Amino acid sequence: MTEMSYLDGNMLDGPLREVFAVDLSGATGRCASCGTTGPMAGLRVYTHAPGLVARCPSCAEVMLRLVRGPDRTWLDLRGTTYLQVPTPPG
Amino acid sequence: MSSPLAAPLTWRVARLVERRDETPTAQTLVLDVPGWPGHLPGQHVDVRLTAPDGYQAARSYSLAGPAEGERVALTVQRVPDGEVSPYLTDVWATGDPVEVRGPVGGWFVWRPAELAPVLLVAGGSGVVPLMAMVRARRAAGSRVPFRLIYSARTPADVIYADELRRRARDDHGLDVAYVYTRTAPKGWRGEPHRIGLADVNTHGWPAELEPLCYVCGPTGFVETVADLLVGLGHQPRRVRTERFGPTG
Repeated sequence: MTEMSYLDGNMLDGPLREVFAVDLSGATGRCASCGTTGPMAGLRVYTHAPGLVARCPSCAEVMLRLVRGPDRTWLDLRGTTYLQVPTPPG
Repeated sequence: MSSPLAAPLTWRVARLVERRDETPTAQTLVLDVPGWPGHLPGQHVDVRLTAPDGYQAARSYSLAGPAEGERVALTVQRVPDGEVSPYLTDVWATGDPVEVRGPVGGWFVWRPAELAPVLLVAGGSGVVPLMAMVRARRAAGSRVPFRLIYSARTPADVIYADELRRRARDDHGLDVAYVYTRTAPKGWRGEPHRIGLADVNTHGWPAELEPLCYVCGPTGFVETVADLLVGLGHQPRRVRTERFGPTG
């Protein structure tokens, strides 16, 4: 494996569930750079950084950064136009 | 069972109940997790180890089958020089605690209420979450037809080999096909090879049947198979993938 190897967005669920009440891997996200829309589970996640960096599978731009400190978490979503989260009625 | 997706996600202390060797490098670990809320096949857990100096390392592992009460099973492939898997497979003793968080993952899951045919494509230990689906299918009495294509290096590297042989015989509607990349068993037709178009085309479903496809394995394997499936006309949204990386 090279240093550019990556995981996929499925692994974001645990870390993001520290911040969100819902599971986001089944959510749909739109890339702010190229407009591609798809499941957050399909992002490419690079873990060898001071945090998690998730990139668009189409254009490779950063859609999400998550950095966890000892007592706080930073979430940078400037590369994501929107998140569409399934919310079943009832 | 309350909805596994809505359960609050906290680290819980789990203890090892039992371990079983699956292959020379893979073990199934049965954990007792007080308060486990239940899970769906395909979901995973994060396992966190804390060193005496406070250093922490966490990794994700797929759940290998339906929960039995508060007992859950993981199958862990030992990654040499990994930070977590060698501890779990070589050091962790019955009764010892580790922290787990889960279940997590709402995308790479199969729900027994789904009626579409299912294609499962596994590379190496990527078979673990797919085996959870095979086991859940039988447990739910589902008649949805399943096909599993399992790529392994050699016959000795096949995880769950005996159970898969038994299920291919007894679980009606389950077909299992193998691809060997280094050494094939005696009498095997063809040469060892990496999975290709002919394997996916022969042992998978036609795209017209609109199956749900689940592909799990190393990144390169998953890319190859997902591209083949889309090339065969499967809708990208019906091809669900889960990759695992080089760390363990």
